[in-house]
Amino acid sequence: MLWTVLGLFGLAAVSPWATRRLGDAAGWVLALGPAAVFVYWLVNWPAVAAGELNQTLPWAESLGVELAFRGDGLAGAMSLLVSGIGALIVVYAGGYLRGNPRLGLFFAYLFVFMGAMLGMVVSDHLIALFVFWEMTSVSSYLLIGFNHGKPDNRDAALKALLVTGGGGLALLAGLVLLGSIGVSLGLLLNEALRVSVLVEHAGAIQGHALFPAMLVLVLIGCFTKSAQFPFHFWLPAAMAGPTPVSAYLHSATMVKAGVFLLARLHPALAGGTLWVAVVTTVGAVTMLLGAVMAVGQRDLKGILAYTTISVLGTLVMLLGLGTDTAIKAMVAFLFAHGLYKAALFMVAGNVDHETGTRDVMALGGLRSLMPLTAAAGLVAALSMAGAPPMFGYVSKKVMLEAQVGAPTLAWLLTAAAVVANLCMVGAALLLALRPFWGAYREPPRKPHEAPRSMTFGPLLLAALGLLVGLLPGGFNATLGGAMASSIRGEPLAMKLKLMFGLDAKSLLIVALSFGALGLGYVLYRRLRGGPEFPAGLQGLGRYGPDRGYGRAMAGLMGLAKWQTRVVQSGYLRRYVLLVVGVVALAAGPLAVAAVRGGGAATIAGPLRVHEVVLALLVMAGAVYGVMARSRLAAVIGIGGSGIGLAVIFAVYGAVDLAITQLMVETLVVVILVLVLLRLPGAVRASGRLARGRDLLVAAAGGSVVTLLVLASATVELPAAVSSYYLNTASPAAFGRNVVNVILVDFRALDTLGEIVVVAVAGVGVASLVWRGAGRRARPGIEDPQRSGEAV
Amino acid sequence: MNALVLQTTARLVVLLLVVFSVLVLLRGHNEPGGGFIGGLLCGLAFATHALSFGVRATRRLMRIDPLRLLGVGLILAAGSGLPAMFRGQAFMTGQWLGSVPGIGKVGSVLVFDVGVYLVVLGAAMLILTGLMGEED
Repeated sequence: MLWTVLGLFGLAAVSPWATRRLGDAAGWVLALGPAAVFVYWLVNWPAVAAGELNQTLPWAESLGVELAFRGDGLAGAMSLLVSGIGALIVVYAGGYLRGNPRLGLFFAYLFVFMGAMLGMVVSDHLIALFVFWEMTSVSSYLLIGFNHGKPDNRDAALKALLVTGGGGLALLAGLVLLGSIGVSLGLLLNEALRVSVLVEHAGAIQGHALFPAMLVLVLIGCFTKSAQFPFHFWLPAAMAGPTPVSAYLHSATMVKAGVFLLARLHPALAGGTLWVAVVTTVGAVTMLLGAVMAVGQRDLKGILAYTTISVLGTLVMLLGLGTDTAIKAMVAFLFAHGLYKAALFMVAGNVDHETGTRDVMALGGLRSLMPLTAAAGLVAALSMAGAPPMFGYVSKKVMLEAQVGAPTLAWLLTAAAVVANLCMVGAALLLALRPFWGAYREPPRKPHEAPRSMTFGPLLLAALGLLVGLLPGGFNATLGGAMASSIRGEPLAMKLKLMFGLDAKSLLIVALSFGALGLGYVLYRRLRGGPEFPAGLQGLGRYGPDRGYGRAMAGLMGLAKWQTRVVQSGYLRRYVLLVVGVVALAAGPLAVAAVRGGGAATIAGPLRVHEVVLALLVMAGAVYGVMARSRLAAVIGIGGSGIGLAVIFAVYGAVDLAITQLMVETLVVVILVLVLLRLPGAVRASGRLARGRDLLVAAAGGSVVTLLVLASATVELPAAVSSYYLNTASPAAFGRNVVNVILVDFRALDTLGEIVVVAVAGVGVASLVWRGAGRRARPGIEDPQRSGEAV
Repeated sequence: MNALVLQTTARLVVLLLVVFSVLVLLRGHNEPGGGFIGGLLCGLAFATHALSFGVRATRRLMRIDPLRLLGVGLILAAGSGLPAMFRGQAFMTGQWLGSVPGIGKVGSVLVFDVGVYLVVLGAAMLILTGLMGEED
């Protein structure tokens, strides 16, 4: 099972190369990858239905934690959706982005995203799930901002990343809380984050004191990902991505991730008042808002975006209700939506691709020029509108049944669902009728039918929507039933039907759904007339959360600029002042406490003459450096101080240290002199006040270091460490110089880290110097300016 | 920069320092020295050269771009840890080949030390030649 995920990641790695080699056929060939995943799940369906598809990998063995994956009905059904539609999207993208030089990169992003989605749905361990979850956020950022030349696209991608990433943080906190709840209930660390275990302790979890806080955090994560009010605003903006991206992310995958997690955790967390109240309300508000805003749109993709928000709201609301009927409705609706929405996005992409516009008002009469696209669009839109005999109709019936049978406020929920549905009908007709039927309008580009790769996907998906609508039995028995049972946590039979019964309830539902269809048609006739009707609705989007997001971003940038101005002044003296000052403040109390607690080292034995002389030399060098009037004299003073230190090292037997110190001091003097040559001649002495401040900070820094040295000299180090090194160096590492043996053998990894730092510092200094020197030819480097930026 | 005395002595001193730095590197396992000190010494040698003859002459003498020295050094140091992994031991476990007179046992640890030498030399030269660039 895990191989399907890793396989897609591998495919991502080779797809740029493969796309170059394969040329125009790349889409068809690469689609075999997700298609193979699809087949894998089909072949293994009996095991999935029986709940026998499990896989565990050792992870943090010392903690007893293992990575657990589970292919149950929910995971299997979602995987089929993700991989099946994914394969069609790859084919479609091969046509849509034909000739784009970055097509290979696009496929790479897409496969990473697909693999992350698949990994997420099969994860049983919540932390693994979270990692995949975040991977979808990051890869969708790359996909939405694929055409990153335009600032709008970058902003849209960033918006999606920040909203879903921020929600991801809340989710992580929630999952950690959930894990700690599990541990406090007596579960092992390995079990406390596994959904399959948590489900068995639903009652105890929901009774826990931390449950409300945990639930709210997890819900924020799900709501941001699935574009629920008030986090919905990133989704319409994300339409800036290429159409294949929209078709994939907003039909079957990315936005369904939040819904998926709600469904996944449903058996463990659902049922309480808090869950029902919050999830149902947020879902219902989102459903209405999205549907109403959708009919205010004139952009094909805009309409699709807002209807997607509406559908996501419906799914969330159904999960909030949590009755058997609601869960069945949710499963049916999720699949119906995945099929028709992906098809409609591709249809919209075809229209955009062939005519050069997505403005519904500028289009008309395209059906004779683009017959296949028109047919796919019509069939898919009928499913979206919920007209018989489509899958959408069947699922709408059971959705209305869930509303009518809701335990509380059934009338309100039913009314909301009907209003949302009639808006959906209007939007669906606007999408499928207006561009293709009626009088022909001359678009910006002369249209003709899209290539086969771009009609194949929508036609297949639209046909599937019709097929499942006509024969829902197969869906009931396999995907639908297994998925609904997983969400419920116990066997639940799906009974979707095309026909209706003759009892009062069935008749009411049929009346409601046909009523919505009729009213929706009336709405469409009003909509197609012109843009004056929904002008107010378009304004709605400008206020609300998106505005808040804009303000928050502006504020954040302002704050960043302010603190950069304050801290990152660009003046070396300011940095030194800050570093020394902060160290003195932070370590000062520690140093004082250490000296008070443990006492300071005292000098053992009488002072010898050469020691006093050396100490005086070091001090004299430092004082001279500070007092010197010329920079050169200051450098020499400091150098003298350093060489005095080197001699002290040598006197006390640290020969290696002494040599190194000597070398470094010499190099530093040379480097400083070179720097001095570049500085302007005049020395601008600081004012009296600034000198006083510098003196204070320097004295504080020096005192703190002195205290720390005195205190640390009293610490009794375990003798075993040094004797180990002394005794082992020669026999095991074949060296008598223990210092060097430690550096290059015993602790070679530390040294490796240190030389990496040395290398980075060298490159950093050099790039700064080169930058200052402007663009001058450097041996071996074409463009110093650029190499400087890369560091 | 044209100082006859400096240039005359520098020719000899630079050569001596470079040779000595290699000696320091090789004997570091048993006597004071090693890659770090050796690299610094060699850096000082080229610094002396650069101060006497100008940085352009030094770059001609070195032939290799300091950046490349950095890269090669890092690869050597990190790569010296790999052979142990092929033998199922932990990364960077010392591998020994045999004894060379005057140096002692040689193996992956010496390769590591050479890497350190090159990185330190490269970084020092990168900074020095960068700063001296304007005198060309």
